[in-house]
Amino acid sequence: MSLAALATDNTLATRAQRVAAVAAEFSDNVDAEGRFPKEAVDAMKAERLLGIQVPAAHGGESASLLEIAEVCSIIGQACASSAMIFAMHHIKLSSLVEHGEESQWHLGFMQEVAGRQLLLGSATTEGGIGGNLRNSICAIEIDGDTCRLTKDATVISYGAQADAILITSRANADAAPSDQVMTVFRKGQYTLEQTHVWDTLGMRGTCSDGFLFKGEAPAEQVFQKPFAEIAAQSMLATCHLLWSGVWFGIAADAVSRAQSFVRAAARKSAGQVPPGALHLAEASNLLQLVKSNLLSGIRTYEDAKADGEKLSSMSFAIAMNNIKIASSQRILDIINKAMLICGIMGYKNGTPYSLGRHLRDAHSAQLMISNDRILANSSTMLLVQKPDFSLLG
Amino acid sequence: MNETIRELLGRVGGLPVPVTELTDEADLYAAGLSSFASVQVMLAIEEAFDIEFPDSLLNRKSFASIKAIEETVAQIIKSREAA
Repeated sequence: MSLAALATDNTLATRAQRVAAVAAEFSDNVDAEGRFPKEAVDAMKAERLLGIQVPAAHGGESASLLEIAEVCSIIGQACASSAMIFAMHHIKLSSLVEHGEESQWHLGFMQEVAGRQLLLGSATTEGGIGGNLRNSICAIEIDGDTCRLTKDATVISYGAQADAILITSRANADAAPSDQVMTVFRKGQYTLEQTHVWDTLGMRGTCSDGFLFKGEAPAEQVFQKPFAEIAAQSMLATCHLLWSGVWFGIAADAVSRAQSFVRAAARKSAGQVPPGALHLAEASNLLQLVKSNLLSGIRTYEDAKADGEKLSSMSFAIAMNNIKIASSQRILDIINKAMLICGIMGYKNGTPYSLGRHLRDAHSAQLMISNDRILANSSTMLLVQKPDFSLLG
Repeated sequence: MNETIRELLGRVGGLPVPVTELTDEADLYAAGLSSFASVQVMLAIEEAFDIEFPDSLLNRKSFASIKAIEETVAQIIKSREAA
């Protein structure tokens, strides 16, 4: 990395740290009340973090996926819900950045996201599709220059707070369930009637309520590229990688708390370590695996982006699936070890070593796109995919 | 080859429309070919033509239409004959 790039990186990290400080202050309250982390999201806007992915030529900072993942991790160490909101926003933004440049409207909107720090929400889940986001029941209706859509969206994370929603549907009334498009609807172009309340074990601040979505907008707001290609070429990969950034952050903070616990105990008893200290070495080992896995995944994505064929290949899809499976499972092992180390001080709420929120938030990781579904998807591809075991990539 | 591909597609493609209604250029994904079914089609084609798709050809583009499948299969057979 050049010196100039390093300076930018430091700036971004510092801005993220300032957001994390705000997020940490309110994280327990956000969790207890299951409320939107307004303070943290306002801080993200004040630090202008919502537009960093947009190319500098269009008013953003051309931040790399690695830099965005680092911000996810930094905020994730303070408040997983805030970090997940940041990650989901950038996953949606990646669709605009990677696929929006061919349309004047999407290009202009991308500039506006950076300029006005708009928060993007996502509505890919629908009642009746059984959790498979590559299928839709609802269909968009194009009527001259206008498009209309009604969707029973059982989950729209921070739907009520988003400034725009990117929503999937069938391409037209006669289209097959997998023939989908994605459309941007801006606040004011849709109504949301709440149908489900997000009262969950963890990730409570994402406010992923269900809504009946009804929207009407100019038809040019429909993405020209089929959603299948957006999903395969950018969305699924950025999902798995940025989510993993958040999850790494949760686990990293758990290890940091456990380490403080062991250190404090060792100081008090002249170097005698508490019985759980061996677990710290194991947790550190697992955390390193999660980090290496994530970093190699980001590199694989960056390499594949330079080569369109690779991006839509099965081996790439399997690699991204593997990253998600590994990080979502390992963080639970890590936090569990941290809990064994901190003992009752970790189990209790309100101590410097509390891990309840970490554990509850982390349990969402296996379910956000169910690991079983991902494994089934990979196992299907492995029927025909040819292995490549070269360490050179 | 076109006939065989069409027959396999009709048998394992799980399309909501009859294959006879599709032109060689028709977009199979728009016609309802799921990613799971596309793998079944790939397996059936590997078996029928006694070939193996290299990883570089295992992508959406290779299976986007009957014509694309034909070209992909022809390319593999040709490169095998050259070897």
